[in-house]
Amino acid sequence: MLDAVLLSRIQFGITAGFHFLYPPMSIGLGLLLVFMEYRYLKTKDKIYEQITKFFIKVFALIFGVGVATGVVMEFEFGTNWATYSRYVGDIFGSPLAAEALFAFFLESTFLGLLIFGWNKVSPKVHFFSTIMVALGATMSAFWIIAANSWMNTPAGYKLVTNVVNGVQVERAVITDFWAMVFNPSTIERFGHVISASWLTGAFLVLSISAYWLRKKIDVEHAKATMKMALILALFASLTQLFTGHHSGVGVYKRQPAKLAAYEGHFKTAPGNLYTFGWVDEKNQKVTGVNLPGFLSFMIYFDTKKPLIGLNDVPPVERPGKPPVKENPPVQLVFQTYHLMVTLGLIMIGLSLIGLLYLFLGKLFKTKWLLALFVPAFILPHIANMSGWIATEVARQPWAVQDILLTREAVSKVVTANQVWFSLIMFTVIYLILGTLFVYLMIKKIKQGPASVA
Amino acid sequence: MELNIIWFVLLTVLFGGYVVLDGFDLGVGMIHLGLKSDLERRTSLNAIGPVWDANEVWLITAGGALFAAFPDVYATVFSGFYTAFMLFLLVIIGRAISIEFRGKVESDKWKKTWDFIFCLSSYLIVLLLGVSLGNIITGIPIYQDKEYAGTFFTLLNPYAVMTGITAVLLIRMHGKIFLAVKTEGEIQQRVAKGINSSLILFVIAYIFHGAWTIILYPGVIKNFVAFPVWFILPAFIILSIIVIPGFINSQLYFRAFVASCTIIAFCIAIAAIDIYPNLVISNPNPENSLTIFNASSSQKTLMTMLIIACIGLPLMFIYKIFVYRIFRGKVKLDNMSY
Repeated sequence: MLDAVLLSRIQFGITAGFHFLYPPMSIGLGLLLVFMEYRYLKTKDKIYEQITKFFIKVFALIFGVGVATGVVMEFEFGTNWATYSRYVGDIFGSPLAAEALFAFFLESTFLGLLIFGWNKVSPKVHFFSTIMVALGATMSAFWIIAANSWMNTPAGYKLVTNVVNGVQVERAVITDFWAMVFNPSTIERFGHVISASWLTGAFLVLSISAYWLRKKIDVEHAKATMKMALILALFASLTQLFTGHHSGVGVYKRQPAKLAAYEGHFKTAPGNLYTFGWVDEKNQKVTGVNLPGFLSFMIYFDTKKPLIGLNDVPPVERPGKPPVKENPPVQLVFQTYHLMVTLGLIMIGLSLIGLLYLFLGKLFKTKWLLALFVPAFILPHIANMSGWIATEVARQPWAVQDILLTREAVSKVVTANQVWFSLIMFTVIYLILGTLFVYLMIKKIKQGPASVA
Repeated sequence: MELNIIWFVLLTVLFGGYVVLDGFDLGVGMIHLGLKSDLERRTSLNAIGPVWDANEVWLITAGGALFAAFPDVYATVFSGFYTAFMLFLLVIIGRAISIEFRGKVESDKWKKTWDFIFCLSSYLIVLLLGVSLGNIITGIPIYQDKEYAGTFFTLLNPYAVMTGITAVLLIRMHGKIFLAVKTEGEIQQRVAKGINSSLILFVIAYIFHGAWTIILYPGVIKNFVAFPVWFILPAFIILSIIVIPGFINSQLYFRAFVASCTIIAFCIAIAAIDIYPNLVISNPNPENSLTIFNASSSQKTLMTMLIIACIGLPLMFIYKIFVYRIFRGKVKLDNMSY
């Protein structure tokens, strides 16, 4: 039924998903920009100067769309999820405000220098501003991930009931700021999102470099950027495996229903690790290729140890409210989770092969490998989207795990018709925006870095 | 309880800072179509180029601070004014994208389309914010449970619309003065010539709006009557208005800009004093009003947020001034410009 709750969820998914195409590119490309400019400062090589200036322009385009789509997110907690905002505002508002006060101001102020200041300040001052922009983008990720992590593993809070005009109103209030910010899943999720961002930036530059090499555009520049992109790609994809594993273990400890949904694990038993499969939700079976007992192994180093099945996760009791025992949609979560993992492994493979060929001196002449790299920028994006869908849908029916249900969190005064209006508006705008962005990026890439004076 | 008052002040500063700073970006946008050549339009875009994004962040910070310090207000206003806020998001996206995309394709049609969007979205942003402010000053219907009790059209009442129009005229003048500071030669002459007439339009609207406020909503002056020291604010506004024509005629554009900033900042301050200690006045049923006391976060959160602000804001001022100083002086187009 397309009511205000479902429509608001769809809208949040679309707006957050579209927005999240851009910050990872900003964070990853930001890091690479620091390397590029550092090499320019050290070598005074014109090639590195041109590479840096070129990717600053690319960065500006990405950052601009990131900002435009990001404002929507801050507003959307209030517009569509007002009850959520009232309920957890005492807690959730602080990291958002911190994000603006620390990270947004830092990155946007120095962005002016980054883009416009090349001819106005010394190379060292400009390099400093590049570092500040990259730092600001990374810090911004920290605060929003801390807030989102709190929704998954709440800590540092207590529930209080006040009487407002004769009505009992419950809300969560903070008891410990640092326990809230560094709640049990913040660090591992932040690490996972940051390495995902580095991976996204690395593959973006990798794809662009491969394109230049294949079309023989600015070949010397392309070789330099491909090298640094490959190194970051391998480092980030391995880090991603590590942080992903760590997150998975953490998820089993604190959100067992989520991990059970990820792997279609309905009954309590030793857990199987699926490479791919199909979930029959009605009969609670998964058909697919799996490594028996390996899920248990990854969590307990013991293939025989049983893991809690989705059916056996106890109902959640909340004082004064009926117990909640609802499963998230298992098929969607299973597929997106496995897609993410598969892509992650593919990206490790691609990075390894690329570096191997680079080491053997054959990379720039191997046409089939370059051809593979050109569209590869899309892999991290698909992985990012899949991962987010998996983790946030698997959290359902909870907005805040075990505390507030999603259907309780929606704005009381907003009608389904109003959300239809905004949902259609965002879909249309973002389709146009996305198309224009791709058009402008391709146009810029085709010009090549030597085109920058 | 002092923390609640401190946060009321901080929010006013954040919101006021936004209007003063992004105000000149938006004002430049409003007059953009009045500039005719590509060179002039590029000049005006690059006058705001290095700073507009950081200026917009003041709004984000004000919103984030509102959420953190007064979550009930954030929830009631953002969900209650849903359609208005969605339209606002539409135009604020439009403004950002038009600035960023305009110069990227060497096509007349492309540039003219984005010029139009830049101009229209600038007007609509200020109009919507002004309409919201008008509603905040006079009050909106609120239920007992703090939720908004009106519709989209409740917000489009004549007083609020008049507030929007007044805001547009003020910001338009502000943008012109900023551009006069940042440009030279022919474009500066033309922009500067229009400032005094913009000022007159604003003053007419302002007097009309002020009279309307005091006659129909006399409650707004109660805080001024109780603490007459605050009359210094309208006094400074009048003083600033008076000195602008003289500065313009003597080509002391930067001083005129300072005066314009003062007018805007003090108008916001007056609005804040008008409503204090309310944040959202309930009209009718004033007992349902959301105040800085009944709609706030816990004292612990307010304190934590204050500490964060005390670290973040001074830092921000330092590097902001650093960057503004680097970009002082006239706009010069180079290969990194829009």
